[in-house]
Amino acid sequence: MNWLPLLPLLTCFFVVILNCLFWRYSLLQKSTHLIGAILLLCVTGLLFYVVSFQEILVIQLGGYKAPFGITFVIDRLSAIMLLITGIIGFCVSIYATHDIKTVHQKSGFYLAYWILLMGICGAFSTGDLFNLYVWFEVMLIASFVLLVLGNHKMQLDGAMKYVSLNLVATILMLLAIAMLYAMVGTLNMADLGLKLKAYPLTGTVTTVVLLLAIAFAIKSALFPLFFWLPASYHTTNVTTAAIFAGMLTKVGVYALIRLTTLILPDSHYILSLLLFIAGITMLTGVLGAASEFHFRRLLSFHIISQIGYMVMGLAIHTSFALAGTIFYIVHHIIVKTNLFLISGICSKTGKTSDIRNLGGFYKQYPYLAILFFIPAFSLAGVPPLSGFWGKLILLKAALNSSHYIITAIALMVSLLTLYSMTKIWTQVFWKEQSSHAPSLESFGAIKLFVTLFPVIILAMMTLTIGLFPQPVFKIMLQAAEQISHPEWYIHAVLEVE
Amino acid sequence: MSDMICWLIGGLISISIYLILSPQMMRWLFGIVILSSTINLVIFVAGRLYSQNPAFIPQEGQASDVLLANPLPQALILTAIVIGFGLLAFALVLVRKVWRTFDTTNSDLLGHSETRYSKAVKDEA
Repeated sequence: MNWLPLLPLLTCFFVVILNCLFWRYSLLQKSTHLIGAILLLCVTGLLFYVVSFQEILVIQLGGYKAPFGITFVIDRLSAIMLLITGIIGFCVSIYATHDIKTVHQKSGFYLAYWILLMGICGAFSTGDLFNLYVWFEVMLIASFVLLVLGNHKMQLDGAMKYVSLNLVATILMLLAIAMLYAMVGTLNMADLGLKLKAYPLTGTVTTVVLLLAIAFAIKSALFPLFFWLPASYHTTNVTTAAIFAGMLTKVGVYALIRLTTLILPDSHYILSLLLFIAGITMLTGVLGAASEFHFRRLLSFHIISQIGYMVMGLAIHTSFALAGTIFYIVHHIIVKTNLFLISGICSKTGKTSDIRNLGGFYKQYPYLAILFFIPAFSLAGVPPLSGFWGKLILLKAALNSSHYIITAIALMVSLLTLYSMTKIWTQVFWKEQSSHAPSLESFGAIKLFVTLFPVIILAMMTLTIGLFPQPVFKIMLQAAEQISHPEWYIHAVLEVE
Repeated sequence: MSDMICWLIGGLISISIYLILSPQMMRWLFGIVILSSTINLVIFVAGRLYSQNPAFIPQEGQASDVLLANPLPQALILTAIVIGFGLLAFALVLVRKVWRTFDTTNSDLLGHSETRYSKAVKDEA
C-alpha cells in the first residue's frame, strides 16, 4: 500500500494521457473524462479513509531517503483537501460535458482541465518545497490555457493580468526557495521545519518567509495582491470559472497553512501581519462585491472576502482556529463552486450575465431559486447552513484569544455579504422578468439533468454539513490537531525523534 | 567569484524590475525573462561556487576530501529553466494576441474586463 499517496496524481496523469490519445474522438474523450472524474473521486475517498486511521502516509520517490529525494506526504489536512478536490472535480466534470462547446474541446479543454487537476492534487500531496513550486507551475500553465480558451477580447485582457501577477508570484517563490537552500541546504518541508527551528532568527529568515508569504498571498488573492482575480475569473466559460473559484486560491491558502505550521511554526510577526491583512482582505472583497452587477464578477469579489476568513483563522493559530479554517475552506469550496455553476445556468437561460437584466427566475423555476438560496445564504452565514458554523467557529476562536477588532470586522463583512447575496436574490429571482425570458425547457432532458445534477449534489452537501456539523468538525479538529504538532509530520517523514 | 556574481545578480534584478514596471507589455515581458534567469543564478550561488571538481565518487573507496561541485542546484535550475521557458513562450504568444486584438501593447489602455464589461457582455449576448 506504499504507493497509495500517488494514486490521485496518477489517476489524473492517466486521464491526461488518454485525452491526448483520443484527441480526434470527441465522444471517447468525453467518456474518459467522466470515468476519470468518478475514478478520482473514488481514489481520493479511499485515501481519506486510509488516512483516517493510519494518520500520515509517506512515500519516498525512487527509494531515496527523506531529505535527499522527493517525498510525498498525505496527512489528514492533505487527505481532506484531496477529497474535496475529488468531489469538486467530479461535479464540475459533469457540468463540463454540457457546458463545453465542441470548439473548445477541439482546442484542448479536457486536456488542460486534467492537467490543472493533476497540479492541484500534486500540490496537496507533496512534501517538498521545490516540488510544490513545480506543481504550482503545472497548475499555472493549465489555468493559462483554460483562461484564454475561446479568445474573446475580455478573456485576453483578463488573462494578461492573471498571467503577469502569477508569473511574478512564482518567480518570488523560486527566489525564496533559492535563499532557503543557501541557508539550510535542504528543501524537504519536514527537514526545513527541523533545521529552521535551530537556525538563528535573523533578518534572512524574515526575508525568506516574507517572500514565500507574498508568493502564496498572490496565489490566494490576499489584500494588496488580489487584482488578477476579479479581472479574469468572470471572463472565462462557467466550467473553468467554477473550478478556478473552488480550488485555485485555496491551494494558496493550503500553502500558507503549511508555511506557518510546518516550515516556520513560531513565526509570530508574520501571523500578526496575516491577521491584519485578513481583516482588510475581507472588507475590500465584500465592498467590491457590493458595487458589482456582473453575476460572476460579484461572486469573484466574494472569493476574496472569504479568503480573508480563512486567513483570519490561520493567523489566530490556535488549533481550534485552524480547525475552523479547514472547516471554512471545505465549506467555501463547495458553496463557491455551486454558486458559479448556478450563475452559469442563469446567464445561459437569461442570455446575459448582468444581474440587472436578469429576472423572473423565482416565478418560473422555483427549484432553481431554492438551489441558489442554499449556497448563497450559506455563504452569508445564515443558520443552519454550513457557512454559519464555519463563521461561528472562527468567531469563537477569535474571541477566545481576545482578537476583538477582527471579530467586529468579520461580523460586519458577514452582514455585507448578506446584503450582496440579497442583491442577487432580488434582481435575478424576485424581480419581474425584463427583456429576456429565461427558458430552461430548451435544454432538453439530458442536458437539464447534466446541468442540475452537480448543483443538486453540492447543495445537498452544504445542507448536510449545515445540519450535522459535529461529525464534520470532528474530522477538521483532528486535522488541526495534527498540523499544530509539526513534530509528528517531521517524525513520519524523516523517521527521527 | 561569489561576490562578482552577487553584484551581477543585483544589477540584473534592478534592470528587470525597471522593465517590469513599464506599461509597455514587451518591456514587461523582457523584464520577466531577465528576472527569471537571474533567479536561476541565485539558485546557482545558493549551492556554493567553490569548486570545479565534478560530483563523482569512485565506485571503490572513499569520497575524496576535495570539495565537489554541488549537483542539486544544477538539477533545480534545469527544472526552473524548462518551466520558465514554457511560461514565457505562453506569455509571448499572449502579448502578440493582445497586440493583434487591441492594436496596442500599452497596458494602460486595456481594462475591458474590469470597467467596460457590461457593454462587452451585451455584445456577447
